[in-house]
Amino acid sequence: MAEQAPVIEKKDPTAGVLTALQEKFGDAVRVDDREGYSGIIVAGDKLVEVATALRDDLGYNYLASASAVDYLGKGDHLEMVYHLANVDAVGNNLVVKAQTPRDVATLPSVVPVWPGADFQEREAYDLMGITFEGHPYLKRILMWEGFAGHPLRKDWHEAYYEQDQKPFDSRWPEGDVWRSEQKNVYGKNVKYPDGFTLDDYEAQAERVIYEGMDLGVDVRNGIAADTVIVSMGPQHPSTHGVFRMVVTLDGETIVKLRPVMGYLHRNHEKIGERNTWIGNMPFTDRLDYFCSLHNNFGYALAVEQLLAMGKRYEAPTYRAEVIRVLMAELTRILNHLVAIGFLLNDLGAYFTPLMYAIVERELILDFFEAVTGSRMMCNYFRFGGVAYDLPERMITTALAEDVNQRVRDMDTMQYLRQLITERLPKAVEQTDKLLTQNEIITNRAIDVGVLTREDAIAYSAAGPVLRASGVAYDLRRSDPYSIYPDLNFDVAVRKHGDIYDRFLIRLDEMRESLKILKQILPLLAETAGQPFFAGRATHTVKTPVGESYGHSENPKGELGYYVVSDGGGNPWRYHVRAPSFINLTALDKMCQGHKVADVVGILGSIDIVLGELDR
Amino acid sequence: MTNDNFLKELHNPDMPVPEGMESTVAVTGFNELLSSIYNWGRSNSIWPMAFGLACCAIEMIATASSRFDQARFGMEVLRATPRQADLMLVSGTVTKKMVVPIVRLYNQMAEPKYVLAMGACAIGGGPFKEGYNVVSGIDKFIPVDVYVPGCPPTPQALLYGLMKVQDRIRGQAFGNANSIPWYGKGPSDEVPVPILGPDLIDPRQAFLLRRAAAGEFDAPEPVADSTEEE
Repeated sequence: MAEQAPVIEKKDPTAGVLTALQEKFGDAVRVDDREGYSGIIVAGDKLVEVATALRDDLGYNYLASASAVDYLGKGDHLEMVYHLANVDAVGNNLVVKAQTPRDVATLPSVVPVWPGADFQEREAYDLMGITFEGHPYLKRILMWEGFAGHPLRKDWHEAYYEQDQKPFDSRWPEGDVWRSEQKNVYGKNVKYPDGFTLDDYEAQAERVIYEGMDLGVDVRNGIAADTVIVSMGPQHPSTHGVFRMVVTLDGETIVKLRPVMGYLHRNHEKIGERNTWIGNMPFTDRLDYFCSLHNNFGYALAVEQLLAMGKRYEAPTYRAEVIRVLMAELTRILNHLVAIGFLLNDLGAYFTPLMYAIVERELILDFFEAVTGSRMMCNYFRFGGVAYDLPERMITTALAEDVNQRVRDMDTMQYLRQLITERLPKAVEQTDKLLTQNEIITNRAIDVGVLTREDAIAYSAAGPVLRASGVAYDLRRSDPYSIYPDLNFDVAVRKHGDIYDRFLIRLDEMRESLKILKQILPLLAETAGQPFFAGRATHTVKTPVGESYGHSENPKGELGYYVVSDGGGNPWRYHVRAPSFINLTALDKMCQGHKVADVVGILGSIDIVLGELDR
Repeated sequence: MTNDNFLKELHNPDMPVPEGMESTVAVTGFNELLSSIYNWGRSNSIWPMAFGLACCAIEMIATASSRFDQARFGMEVLRATPRQADLMLVSGTVTKKMVVPIVRLYNQMAEPKYVLAMGACAIGGGPFKEGYNVVSGIDKFIPVDVYVPGCPPTPQALLYGLMKVQDRIRGQAFGNANSIPWYGKGPSDEVPVPILGPDLIDPRQAFLLRRAAAGEFDAPEPVADSTEEE
């Protein structure tokens, strides 16, 4: 019997909160007593009042995630699920739900209470078709305005729809492979409403983006001064991919900024609901493609939580947890180094700092490749452990005769030790030495893009953005998972909330990660040879009915997975709380009053990745 | 390309060269001479467009940085504007929303221009093919010269693909209108920019839409969900 990781006791505050709320709102609030579910259900018409009470009286000042679920054929209602937290407390997370019939699909907006709900409600409107009354700008966010239908509804099928669940009958067990294009008259992944033609059709996708951006002539001191609207992106060297911002400028000063996204919306959630549970693991790799291993972590946590409610579940072994933390922290260093490189690229240092960062990234990727077989898309975590143990030597491929491979012919532990104790600390110190006092960054970063503590919490900022504004909220401490409680490290916090602090906090976090990694090294040696996987390896995991929300402290912030199971081999609902997406809610606030050239710096300091942002 | 090979390829065997001068002299036609010099220059100074779509873009950046060093092939000048670029690297998933700007960027590139589809998604939709917002391959809209498979392709694979682009350039003959159309009959037609309607609309398929609306053919039904859970 392998040594098990310590079980972390979690407090459930639901009962206490329920009593407090029922005193005030009576029957409008009830406990969610469905099997496998937790939290409280609030009547739609009382949602804003209850939310205000939760925030002001009960301390739930942070809206971690808001997601919608379609219960077609299981009560026929749409449900908004709000995951709340108190940034000053530990392990106090609360789930609040509100339901609405599918044909009505209207709920009050909670943006006045938690402004961080802004984009998330727009997403629910876009993909689920829930109308939020009182939302300041309820337009589609990931798809374009004018798109037919709400894709995440269970009865909405795409052009290439084949079957509700994988594996498709056409592919398995008997293979009868055909290309989806062959079965579509247009030969493309498209379908149109009946009777639709292009004659007198007017596309509105672009028009809506510019609506309400205050274009007009302003007369000041007798001089007519135009405001100008500039569209930056989606093809722009400093938007980190295909992100777009529409900016209203007064001279060079930003009056208003509207992020436009969805250019990389590749239907992660819809595809995820069709995949088997384990089949989603490689898709999570492609969310935040710098941190594939960390994305695996959050998803594994969510599904393990779900599995733990049923029988025949075995928690991951201790060695598995050690390897997981090793991978997660290496990923954090990799991400922060590259994030700093990109930030400097945006600030005017051009490609050089990024070149330095990528040198170290390659060394970490060498290790990932040796362990998992892939540089970027590692697909390494499993429910109950990890896929493989660390190899003895760094060469794992068949290319051992290749010169490049011979260079890497090293003992894995020795390689890792050198990396963690010598190479990476030197890289971090070098980054610090070259950049921290460098005027490229000090001139452009100090006091630019300030996000106050109050705003950071209200706008649901997460990760380094939140902590640079003086909030010590790190899930590794606030809602501990894996073996983090046993490890000695500090949560880095900075106070000013400007670009410079968001740069410095990444340096701090890398130092803390190194501290963790140095504690992991002896643990790896100690647990060598122990099993790295608990339970039974199967292709189709059967989960009990219920819901679970697993979150991990990704390098970019809280990465949450909200999964709902109907007891089958596939998720009924699979939602990703993407930190890049939600951190952008505060972008407008941070940019207002600054010059247009600062926008790219501010965006760079948030550190977005489009794969995760648009999903 | 070594000097010897270069001369050997260039030399027209029908034209005699005085004995002893084979290694230093090649006799050839004017077009062939111009093409080879011109293509040698073009293929070693490709300016790719700096634009990344998704995961593959990160491997593209890795290819440009020190370990793999794309600069060895004369390709380190990444241009942010399509007007100055020769090569479009479509590096990642092409979504319906993004294909509109991509086609527009392609139209803005000056000829001769080349397109390299990097990764499974750009080639055919990849793991996201079934998604409602995903285009099943950029070649449904713009012509592609080289495909580099992988998810994502390693930098080595991308370098190989880039060398294939160079080969393609070297194989083109100057003055042959079939090989390089834009010197023969002027620039090629612009690709019509797709429209974001109720779904992505390719203007080239407007006639199909009209026929479908008139009920001339039924859109094929999606495959029925034949197996109920038993």
